[in-house]
Amino acid sequence: MNVEETDLPGLGRRKDFMTASGRRIGVVELREGQTELFVSTWDDPDTCQASIPLTGDEAATLGNLLGGQHLAMKLTEEHREVPGIVTRQFSIAPDSPFQNQPMGKACIRTRCGVSIVAIMREGEVVPSPGPDVVLHSGDLLVAVGTQEGLDSAADILRNG
Amino acid sequence: MDRLALTLIEVGAVVFCLGLLARLAGRIGMSPIPLYLVGGLCFGAGGLVELSGMKEFAHLSGEIGVILLLLMLGLEYTATELVTGLRRSWQAGVLDLVLNFLPGAGLAVLLGWGLVGAMVMGGVTYISSSGIAAKVITDLGRIGNRETPVVLSILVFEDLAMAVYLPILTATLAGVSFLGGLQTVGISLAVVTVVLLVALRHGHRVSKAVHSENSEVFLLNLLGAALLVAGVAAALQVSAAVGAFMLGIAISGATAHSATQILEPLRDLFAAIFFVAFGLNTDPASIPPVLGWALILAVITAATKIITGVWAAKRVGIARPGRFRAGAALIARGEFSIVIAGLAVTSGVVEAELAALATAYVLLMAISGPLAARYIEPVVKKFTRRVRPEPVPA
Repeated sequence: MNVEETDLPGLGRRKDFMTASGRRIGVVELREGQTELFVSTWDDPDTCQASIPLTGDEAATLGNLLGGQHLAMKLTEEHREVPGIVTRQFSIAPDSPFQNQPMGKACIRTRCGVSIVAIMREGEVVPSPGPDVVLHSGDLLVAVGTQEGLDSAADILRNG
Repeated sequence: MDRLALTLIEVGAVVFCLGLLARLAGRIGMSPIPLYLVGGLCFGAGGLVELSGMKEFAHLSGEIGVILLLLMLGLEYTATELVTGLRRSWQAGVLDLVLNFLPGAGLAVLLGWGLVGAMVMGGVTYISSSGIAAKVITDLGRIGNRETPVVLSILVFEDLAMAVYLPILTATLAGVSFLGGLQTVGISLAVVTVVLLVALRHGHRVSKAVHSENSEVFLLNLLGAALLVAGVAAALQVSAAVGAFMLGIAISGATAHSATQILEPLRDLFAAIFFVAFGLNTDPASIPPVLGWALILAVITAATKIITGVWAAKRVGIARPGRFRAGAALIARGEFSIVIAGLAVTSGVVEAELAALATAYVLLMAISGPLAARYIEPVVKKFTRRVRPEPVPA
């Protein structure tokens, strides 16, 4: 992907690319540390239809959502020939009982036969996390298992 | 009444009124500068109420306001940004300078204000208000637009041009001969180069000298350094404003960023008083006679800024609406035009009408600039649609 980087003197830095549908999409990293997400209009690639200020947390969460979706799609593709196996994403809510706890405490694999294959955190992937990886609020877990197993895993992560 | 009491009451009343004006400006979404100027006109010589007790205070505070304005202009861009900006967009910068300096200078010559007047008025019409432009860009959600870097790099060039222009202006105002003038140009170019080199290589050292984790210490260091440098520069006949500006350029990186934050409230206060002080010294009765000229100048220099923006944006492959947006964002003139006019008025070698013309001109441009930036797009689109059939949405 050809990401264009432009300096904005006095403001920050813009990084954007052109999508296949003909719109520019990108972010401006402001000097103050905020991120501004923008999408161009369909008829004028030079102007923004929306320009949305994001805090650091929001930007990281958005990165997780997009990256997680990508990863989940890839995994689904790979598991297509195994019937009954599904990929799903769980996010750790601020009130989750496993917040700031090592993942092994939830015993998800033992209790419901579900594997956590990756954690998306602040836009980065933690691949095949071990049981001692500490979960944080906002983390996105990518899980593989049966439909029922995933349902009970979701319940465990939410209610303990 | 006791003199101190009178001064306090007057300063308090004026600052309070400025607060009300700033709130009004915020409510209607315009720059407060024109309102401050009008406020100054009302309070000053020949205005509604004459305030004599605060003259001394207003004068000194106004000078500090100029120093802070220029210091923060220097802080705005890092030395690296200045150098890359200069390298990448000097053609647009030069076009901007030629197109926008000449109308002001030409009118000054036409009105018989001589070369000094031409030098001053050229500067007044040349320099866009980076404050208003930045606010327009953020308010209209244009940070991600592709023409925005074009606008910013022209502002960066103007920034550097000021560093060369201000010492020349100061020398001209001091009545230096042509040869002496050339010498000043040489010195100021050398100083700018040295400061840029120092900022590029040793910027962290300059920053370290003033930086402190404690915001109180930092503020006092910074303000002390700025006033000292400004004072020394003034003693050497290179204008206090230039000294502060150079210090701003030399401070870089994270220090520059926190310096901007810490100085902002002080700058707002003293700059507001500076605009009032400028208005105080201008007789409102002198404005109507020059209003016609100011209008003509406004129309011409709005057009020349648009041409600059259109040309610069076209060069980097931006479509038609974007080109006009770039041009319109540059129209606003503000704080630095008043700084230039203020330097000239304080020196006392220019006609009194010059202050009136500069005031009227900045009033027009500071109000119409943001409006033009907002409404140029629908206008251009309407015009484009009339020429071509409406495109089918994808």
